[in-house]
Amino acid sequence: MHVSHLQLADYRSYEAAYLELEPGVSTFIGPNGQGKTNLVEAIGYVATHSSHRVAHDAPLVRRGAQRAVIRAAVVRHGQTALIELEINPGRANRARLNRSPNTRMRDVLGILHTVLFAPEDLALVKGDPGERRRFLDELLTARAPRYAGVRSDYERVLKQRNALLKSAAAQNLHHRGGRDLPTLDVWDEHLAQIGAELLAARLALVAELQPLAAKAYGELTATQDPISLRYRCSATDEELDTTNRPQLVEILRAALLRARPDELRRGVSLVGPHRDDLQLWLNDLPAKGYASQGESWSYALALRLAGFELLRADGDDPVLLLDDVFAELDAERRRRLASYVRTAEQVLVTAAVPDDVPQELSGARFRVTGGSVERER
Amino acid sequence: MYEGAVQNLIDELGRLPGVGPKSAQRIAFHLLAAETADVHRLVNALVAVKERVRFCAVCGNIAEETQCRICRDPRRDDTVICVVEEPKDVVAIERTREFRGRYHVLGGAISPIEGVGPDDLRVKELMARLSEGRVTEVILATDPNLEGEATATYLARLLKPMGLKVTRLASGLPVGGDLEYADEVTLGRAFEGRRALDF
Ligand SMILES: Nc1ncnc2c1ncn2[C@@H]1O[C@H](COP(=O)(O)OP(=O)(O)O)[C@@H](O)[C@H]1O
Ligand SMILES: [Mg+2]
Ligand SMILES: [Zn+2]
Repeated sequence: MHVSHLQLADYRSYEAAYLELEPGVSTFIGPNGQGKTNLVEAIGYVATHSSHRVAHDAPLVRRGAQRAVIRAAVVRHGQTALIELEINPGRANRARLNRSPNTRMRDVLGILHTVLFAPEDLALVKGDPGERRRFLDELLTARAPRYAGVRSDYERVLKQRNALLKSAAAQNLHHRGGRDLPTLDVWDEHLAQIGAELLAARLALVAELQPLAAKAYGELTATQDPISLRYRCSATDEELDTTNRPQLVEILRAALLRARPDELRRGVSLVGPHRDDLQLWLNDLPAKGYASQGESWSYALALRLAGFELLRADGDDPVLLLDDVFAELDAERRRRLASYVRTAEQVLVTAAVPDDVPQELSGARFRVTGGSVERER
Repeated sequence: MYEGAVQNLIDELGRLPGVGPKSAQRIAFHLLAAETADVHRLVNALVAVKERVRFCAVCGNIAEETQCRICRDPRRDDTVICVVEEPKDVVAIERTREFRGRYHVLGGAISPIEGVGPDDLRVKELMARLSEGRVTEVILATDPNLEGEATATYLARLLKPMGLKVTRLASGLPVGGDLEYADEVTLGRAFEGRRALDF
């Protein structure tokens, strides 16, 4: 798939911008702070309805404006879908698909797929477990939009359950082992059921990612260094070797029962997919804390490339967004990354100077300055 | 800010669900311009709803007598009870014409975030009705959202020892929505395909 048109109104530093894009490689060149990442972020927002840089929408609206609008024409299998998103911080965002006003946000989620490489990706390796959970969950949602529903149901269960635990903690109900809390059993059951659905999907995803990430890491670094992705589940000390939902429900139920006294004392949910981690191993050591800066970078890129390969295998190339990543790499890895991504239907690359972009990725060139984008002829 | 009485009215209207400050102002000025007789009719309707309408002593539905119209109707099937969250859900299900049994209105759903537990709902009243022994099937028709599901699970577990047939509306209803907004066809088919709950 590819994006053929992009229009922004009051998005970040852009009062108004309009771009026509083509399949193949396009590069966006401009000094720092000129709005390159803002562009890439807007395209990512069309795909995921969230920004890779901020958790809330307010910063996405141009200073002084009420709302931001992103319009993108997405070409898939020869058909064009026109997606319009209106970002209203503090109120409900609105969507239109092909100019139809009767569109819900979730109707336009999952039309555009993107894989974004950004300097922030280093946090996949060095950051908190939450970064890696988000990586997995976003990939799940891109492959099957219903996981957006599973994720939000799970968050809702957590919120309700935490509210109950908190009020129980305040009333010191843990002295009686929670027997006065018949509704806690109900929330446990829902957490186990929805949690198992999410857990099963993540485990299956990790199994699919493993060989792809290993291959990408090998090609990027030209080494045989083994990498392994190990899903650590908060419900058990053992490595999970099943994606069978009823079995996972049992494991979660048992763990919730064990954790109950602790949970009642502390007033928070301590077990479930929201406490899990994806451990990244390199040469039989955890990458976090052991891997060098260069290795960590390669690892992060390998994870993104594995995600790209998976989406591509599902039938349609996602749009690749490479934001300022070449500056972080040596010449050899630049070249290898470039030849890896060149085959995608559409690749959008940003860089401060043209020299950062490897020869292999020549294509249409845009100049980005002070909130405006011009195609160079 | 407006002079006393007008501002008071705007403030009161603004407290109503779904009415923002702009709408409150628009309604207030509409009333100011309206015929006195029209305003009196509105006032009477407001007062009447508080003075005449009460909740059915049996099922918790809206009633103008001790019992609601449905509880008083001798043609309805006493062996099936349909449990819903709100009186407006009764209206929605009645529209489908699929159901000829009795209702029980809980008055909400379990939601710790809002501080609502089973004791805040009409659960004891439900158990009392069931202990009379005439009911053989309980249909749990709480909203198809998380809180509605949790309430259904809670009730299903509570009812299990009583050996009744416990069913839940089939999904196919828009998830995350309120029962009252479902269209007749969808809700009617959900009634057709209700399934047994086993937890
Ligand atoms: N909501 C906003 N309103 C106005 N300007 C913004 C907003 N958000 C970010 N900016 C500006 O955008 C610029 C950063 O753009 P960015 O795309 O990150 O730059 P780069 O070209 O280095 O990737 C900064 O100058 C910042 O002040
Ligand atoms: Mg940038
Ligand atoms: Zn009644």
